[in-house]
Amino acid sequence: MSADGIKPEEVLIGVVLRLLEGTRHVAIGANSPMPAAAAFLAQRLGGGRPHVSLQQSPKHNLFTDGGRELFDAAGQGRIDVFFLSGAQIDGHGNINLVAIGDYARPKVRFPGSFGSAYLYFVVPRVILFRTEHSRRTLVPQVDFVSAPGVSPPNVYRRGGPVALVTPLCHFAFDKSRARFRLESVHPGHTVEEVLDVTGFEFDRPAAVPVTPLPSLEALYLLRETVAQELSALYPHFAERVFGLAPRAAE
Amino acid sequence: MTEILRPPEAAVAVIEDGMTVVVPPDYSGVAMEATRALIRRGVRNLHLVTLPASSLQADLLIGAGALASIETSAVSLGEMGAGPRFAAAVAAGTIALKDATCPALHAAVQAAEKGVPFMPLRGVIGSDLLKVRPDWKVIENPFAADDPILLVPAIRPDVALFHAPFADRHGNVWIGRRRELVTMAHASVRTIATVEEIRDGNLLEDEILAGATIPAFYVEAVAVAKHGTWPLKFGDRFAEDTAHLREYMRLAATEEGFRQYLDLHVLRRRAA
Repeated sequence: MSADGIKPEEVLIGVVLRLLEGTRHVAIGANSPMPAAAAFLAQRLGGGRPHVSLQQSPKHNLFTDGGRELFDAAGQGRIDVFFLSGAQIDGHGNINLVAIGDYARPKVRFPGSFGSAYLYFVVPRVILFRTEHSRRTLVPQVDFVSAPGVSPPNVYRRGGPVALVTPLCHFAFDKSRARFRLESVHPGHTVEEVLDVTGFEFDRPAAVPVTPLPSLEALYLLRETVAQELSALYPHFAERVFGLAPRAAE
Repeated sequence: MTEILRPPEAAVAVIEDGMTVVVPPDYSGVAMEATRALIRRGVRNLHLVTLPASSLQADLLIGAGALASIETSAVSLGEMGAGPRFAAAVAAGTIALKDATCPALHAAVQAAEKGVPFMPLRGVIGSDLLKVRPDWKVIENPFAADDPILLVPAIRPDVALFHAPFADRHGNVWIGRRRELVTMAHASVRTIATVEEIRDGNLLEDEILAGATIPAFYVEAVAVAKHGTWPLKFGDRFAEDTAHLREYMRLAATEEGFRQYLDLHVLRRRAA
């Protein structure tokens, strides 16, 4: 915890919260506790909007047509924001959820591409979220492209990456240049540190702002109500960050 | 006529070596009790299709040597990480893998549901998945100029296997909103469902239940398996057994540990 009592995870949730401004429907994939926290928080602050859907929770699953409905709804343009990550993310916004090393005989094999190879194209605003900021995760070139950051002009593409949020900083993605730009560095960290642990090249302004902290109202809601909601969905995360004992899933 | 209602061991007898089996993800209802029965029987050379991802079920079947191949968009135990036996088998090259992405699997199974040979899908162009999936084709949209689009071939499984809340004695299976199970049943030659309970009467005679029911004419066998998804969750009825899954992850990190798990929790019958 930092001197002002705000945890690093809460700073990240605050960054994502700002990126969710003005959205109608945010969908959360498996295993995304901080994006889920930000989405629930946005919903509380927005009086019930945006819609937040989580496939794996009966209570928060807004779909009634099976697992395909998220993808169909995204194809119809109804999902504004989705979160993706990658074992590797490169400087062109390519993400790798498959393997390190040779595909056929990988050094490390990861779960797989999930819905990334489709959602990266059809969801207007994809927020990349990576909880490890290092030269092994943020690389010059991914070993396997689960989903590309940009596409040639003739390839149908409604969306793509808009930001990359890590424990150190917030990068914005410039689609026209297929490059990241350092938007802000989180309190307690420096641009030098970001340069040191980032494996890809990126643009940055002469003076890089410090990431703003979430408002007191947002923090209060996060700790008092959203944390409980998260506990049912992401018990390990809620236990670690908010000190809540795991309880049965809702 | 063979009875539709059978014990789990008899229900999975429908699944023969070499068949293609489609299974749902954790949020839908994974037939774990039936999967353990299959492994005990020593089933071999199955082609597993996960619609669209899997966790312990795929990992157990891989570790037990029951699969010749797997088509999946992910084998993951959520926050705990990739399926350890899946990752080990892929790294060692001991399983044939068709890497996919979720909506491609949904589309491929929907193609079989409609009885058509393929389905178009947006996205994917520029993904390395195309390099490792020579059976996926990119064509020009015949209805527009300069618009490349992906086609995925239909997947028609021999068997759909899942766990559902309840069924009736006719073999009608209630699946609620888990409609990927309907798609699986439509696309597959035959369906095997384990259920929490059997209800009296005919589900199709109740309009409220009928719309969320797979009719018996798709269903080959139904077996009662109480808490049949254990140690995985089942909707809002049962939470996952996190302590057990952590123990699995610990043991399955090595081949030797996995054998120990298999012996303890699969080959010996689970105590009631």
